[in-house]
Amino acid sequence: MAPETLQEETKNAAAKPDDSKRTESFVWGIPQNGLERKEREVPADEPPPLPPNAELTYIGKPTLRYDGPAKVSGKGRYTADVNLPGMLYARMVSATIPHGRITSIDTGEAEKLPGVRAVHVIEHVYGVAELRDPKQELPSRYPVVRYAGQPIAGVAAVSQQIADDAAKLVKVQYEPMPFVVDRSDARADDAPVVFPGPADAAGSAGGGGGPKDVPQKGNVHGPQRKKAGDIETGFAKADLIVEGEYFTQVQTHSALETHGFVVDWKPDEVTVYASTQGTSSVRNEFADVFKLPKSQVRVITEYMGGGFGAKFGAGNEGVVAANLSRKAKAPVKLMLDRKQEHIACNRPDSHQKLKIGATKDGTLTAIQLTSYGTAGVGTGAGTAGPAVNLYKCPNLLTEEYDVFINAGPGAAFRAPGHPQGCFAFEQAIDELAVKLNMDPLAFRDKIDENPARKVERQIIRERTNWRNRQPAGSDSGPIKRGMGIAQSVWYRFVNMNSSCEVRVSRDGSVELMSAVQDLGTGTKTILAQVVAEEFGIPPSSIVIRIGDTRFPIGPDSGGSVTAGSITPAVRNAAYQAKQKLFAAVAPKLNTTADNLAIRGGRVVLKNDVATSYTLKQVAAKLPTDEISARATRVAEYSKDRLTYGGVDYVELRVDTETGRIHVDKVFAAHDCGRPINPLGVISQINGGVLQGISYALFEQRIMDRNAGYMLNTNLENYKILGAREVPEIEVELIENYIAQSSTDAAGVGESAGIITLAAAIGNAFYNATGVRMRKIPMTPANVLTALGKVPEVQA
Amino acid sequence: MPDAPKIEFSRRGFLKGAGITAATTVIESANALARDAKDALHSERILGPEALPIKLKVNGHEHAVTVEPRYTLAQTLRDNIGLTGTKVVCDRGSCSACTVWIDKTPTLACMTLAVDAVGREITTIEGLAHGETLHPVQAAFVKHDAMQCGFCTPGMVMSCAALLERNPNPTLADVKHAVSGNLCRCGAYPKIFAATLDAAHQRQAARLVTLTSEMEA
Repeated sequence: MAPETLQEETKNAAAKPDDSKRTESFVWGIPQNGLERKEREVPADEPPPLPPNAELTYIGKPTLRYDGPAKVSGKGRYTADVNLPGMLYARMVSATIPHGRITSIDTGEAEKLPGVRAVHVIEHVYGVAELRDPKQELPSRYPVVRYAGQPIAGVAAVSQQIADDAAKLVKVQYEPMPFVVDRSDARADDAPVVFPGPADAAGSAGGGGGPKDVPQKGNVHGPQRKKAGDIETGFAKADLIVEGEYFTQVQTHSALETHGFVVDWKPDEVTVYASTQGTSSVRNEFADVFKLPKSQVRVITEYMGGGFGAKFGAGNEGVVAANLSRKAKAPVKLMLDRKQEHIACNRPDSHQKLKIGATKDGTLTAIQLTSYGTAGVGTGAGTAGPAVNLYKCPNLLTEEYDVFINAGPGAAFRAPGHPQGCFAFEQAIDELAVKLNMDPLAFRDKIDENPARKVERQIIRERTNWRNRQPAGSDSGPIKRGMGIAQSVWYRFVNMNSSCEVRVSRDGSVELMSAVQDLGTGTKTILAQVVAEEFGIPPSSIVIRIGDTRFPIGPDSGGSVTAGSITPAVRNAAYQAKQKLFAAVAPKLNTTADNLAIRGGRVVLKNDVATSYTLKQVAAKLPTDEISARATRVAEYSKDRLTYGGVDYVELRVDTETGRIHVDKVFAAHDCGRPINPLGVISQINGGVLQGISYALFEQRIMDRNAGYMLNTNLENYKILGAREVPEIEVELIENYIAQSSTDAAGVGESAGIITLAAAIGNAFYNATGVRMRKIPMTPANVLTALGKVPEVQA
Repeated sequence: MPDAPKIEFSRRGFLKGAGITAATTVIESANALARDAKDALHSERILGPEALPIKLKVNGHEHAVTVEPRYTLAQTLRDNIGLTGTKVVCDRGSCSACTVWIDKTPTLACMTLAVDAVGREITTIEGLAHGETLHPVQAAFVKHDAMQCGFCTPGMVMSCAALLERNPNPTLADVKHAVSGNLCRCGAYPKIFAATLDAAHQRQAARLVTLTSEMEA
C-alpha cells in the first residue's frame, strides 16, 4: 500500500457527495492542553460521537490480550502449525550464484527420490524490479538469476526431511555473469549492471517500491525529487549551516515465523493458509496469478508469527506451494527456511548527504538531502520522509536514488525509509541546536508545529533526567554518559477495504467477523473492546472471528492502518446491530426502539431508568434466532492531513576503551489518536524501541563482495538484541482526539520507536563523547573508528 | 535415494558432535546429552538411516512414532505427534524457541534427536498447565501482556518456568540470564521479565499462605 495511493483513496472517498448528513460535536485535542469540541458533518447513520476515554467503560482501558491464553499454551495455530490430512511438505530451491543465466534445470533425480510427489520450476520471480522493456534482455527459458538465493524451484514430499533431500538433488546449470553486491561499487560507471536497462519495482500492499518513470543510468535509478521554494536562497539567508554524510546498513525483517503458506488446491476452491499481513492481498494476488475468480480463493490467517512489513501478497513461495498442490493433488506446506527468510526481503541501506541552514534565532531556512540506498534487486530506498514532514521549512530539495545490486529485494519494513532518514535528519537538527547554543528540546519547540509532540517534549522534560544533562563530553573517565532525544513522524492512512459483520444470537452471545488479521499487535483485543463498549458486556465475552476471507473484507496491515481503518467499521456494525436488536424487541418490552439504551452494562428504558434488563434477557425476545449488521469504513470526517509521532529519550553509557554502548534507559512519549487498548499499545511501543536499539547497535546484513553471498543468514551471526541488552523502558501514551471517525483510533506500529532510536542514540552518543556517530550499526569497531582509536574496517 | 552412497550412521560419532554444539549453547542440554553420550559409548548399536519405531513419553503420555534417526525432537513433536506448540525458528540452537523440558531440564528440541529422547520425560508447552488451570508463569504472561505475535512465547514460558523450578526467588538479572538465549523479535522482553518476577512473587506468597495456615492448624 503505497502511502500516496492510500491518501488518494481516502481523498476520493471523502469527496463523494452525501446528501444525508448531520452535524455533530466531537471531543477534540489533547487532555494535557484542555479538551475542546469540534463540529463535523457526518453521515446521518453514523453512531453518536464517543466521549473521551475517561468516560468509557471498555475502550481506552488496559485489556488482556484476547488470545493470550491460547498463545501461552501453545494452542494458537500459526501457518507453520497447520497439519492437514494427506499434507505434503515442501522446500524451495534457491540460486547458488549472484548473477547469471540458467542454462538447464534437471529435476529428474529429485523426482525419483521415494516420497517426492511434485516438483515445480518457477517461471516468473515476484517481488523484484522488472525491466521496462523486457526486450533489452536475451529471451531465456528461465528467469535470469540476479541474486544468490533467488527462488528457482520447489519440491513437495511426504516429509520435510525428504523434501529437503530432494531440493538438494535439483541440478541447476548456470552461465555466470559479473555481479556487484556493494552499493558504492555499484554506482561506478564500469560496474556490472544488475539490469541491462531501466527497471522498476512495484510496492507491496505494505508500501515499499520506489518511484517509476525516473531516469536510470547503470545501476542508479532516480532521482525522485521533492522541492519547495529555492534552497540557494534559503542557504543564503542562513547564519548557520550544518552538513554531514550518514550511512545506514541493510536490516532483515527476521520475523520468527518465516514466510510460508499451506495451499490446498481443489477444483472448486483454493484454500490458502498464509503467514501474512494481508489476507486480502494474498487473495488478490492468488486470483491474479492463477486467473481465478476471487470467489474461489479462500485465505486464512488465524495466528501470525511476525511480519514487520515483509509479508504481503502471494510471494514466490505461495505461488510455488499452489503449483505443487495442484500438481500433487494434495495440500502442501511450504515455509521458507531461516536462510531464505533473511534473503527474501529487507530494509534498504542508505548513504545520505544532508545540509540544513538556520538563522541565529533558530528558524530553518533550507533543507537539502541527497540519498543513495540499495534495495538489492528492488527499489524503495528513499529516506526523505522525516526531512520533508517533521518540520516546516520554506526551502527544501530532496533527491532520492535507488542503487541496484545483486542482492535480495528490499521491502516495506516498519516505517519504510524513516529510521534511515531520521538517523541523519534528527542528528543534524541536534547538531544545529548545539551550534545555536540551544537546548535540543527548546529548539524543537521553536521549529515543530505538531501539538502532540509539544506535549510529549514537556513530559520528557518533567519525567526524565534531562535537566541534569551535561555539556557534550563532560565525563572524564573512559566510560562516558550521555542523553539524547529524537522525534518521529508517521501519517494517517486509511484503507477503505475495511468491513465486518456483528451478529447477536437469541442466547445473547455476540460475534464479530472480518477478514482482517492480527499480526500480534492485538487487533482481536481492540475489536472486542469496541463491540463490548456498544453492548455493555465485557470484551472477553465477545467472540472474535477474523483472518478468513470468507468474512467481510479487512484492511491489509501495513503503514499502521489497521486500528484506524477497521475499528470505525466495527463500531458502526455493532451500533447498527444494537439498533436492530432494539427495534426487534421493543414491542415485546412495550416500548419503542428509541426509548432503549445500554447504560452501566444493562439495557434500560430511557423514560424509566428503574426498569432494566440484561442483554441476554433482551436478546431472548428476538423474533428470529439471530440478527446481524454489516458495516464498511466510512470516509474520514474531514480532509485534514494528519500525522502521528513520538519523542524518544535515551540515556546511555559509552565505553570508550571497548567501543561498547550500553543503553540504560528509554523514555518514550507517543500519540496514536484515541488509544483503544493502552496495554497493547505499550507492548507495541516497547517492541518498536527495542527493534530500534537493535537496528542502531547490532543488526547488519554482511555480503561477501568476492563471492556475492549474504554471509550471516542465521540468528547467531545476524545479531538481534536479546534479553541482556534490554534497557529500562518507560512509555507515556497521550490521547489525541482528532474527530475523524466513529472511534478516532489510529495505529502505532510505525511511529513506535523504530524510527527514532538510532537518531536518539546518536544524539546521546554525541552528548556522552562530543563525537558524532554517522554510521550504524554502532558496533564496537564502528564506535572505536568514530573515536579515532582504530582505522576503519570495511564490512 | 537409489544412487546415493549408503551412509553408515554411527550414533556414538554423532553424539560426540552434538554434545559439543550443545555445550556452546545451553549448558543444561549439554549435560543431558553428555549423560547420553556416556551410555552410547557402552553400546555399539548402529541406527538408521532407515526409519525405526520408537516410543516417546510426552506430557505423561506415550507416543509410538516411526522416525529416521536424523529426525530432531522438534520435528518429531510437531510433524509426527502433532504437538505444534513447540516452535522451530532458527533450527540450529541459536534462538531457544523450541525449548522443551527433558527430565525437567530445559533443552533445545531442534538440537536433540528424537531417538535420544527415548526413555526420558518430555514436557512441552502443551503439558505445562494443569487441565484448564494455567501454570503461574503462563498466567503471569497473560496478565502482563508478555507477548505480541506469540511465536517465541512457548519457548520463553518453558525457560522462565524452569527458572522458577530451580530458583523460586529470582532477581531481574536471573530472569535476563534465564532467557538470554531466547529471541523475541516483537520486543516483549520488559513484560516477560515483569511477568516472571510476578509469578515468582505469587508463588512465594501462596507458599507463605500455605505455611501460615499449616501453622495455625
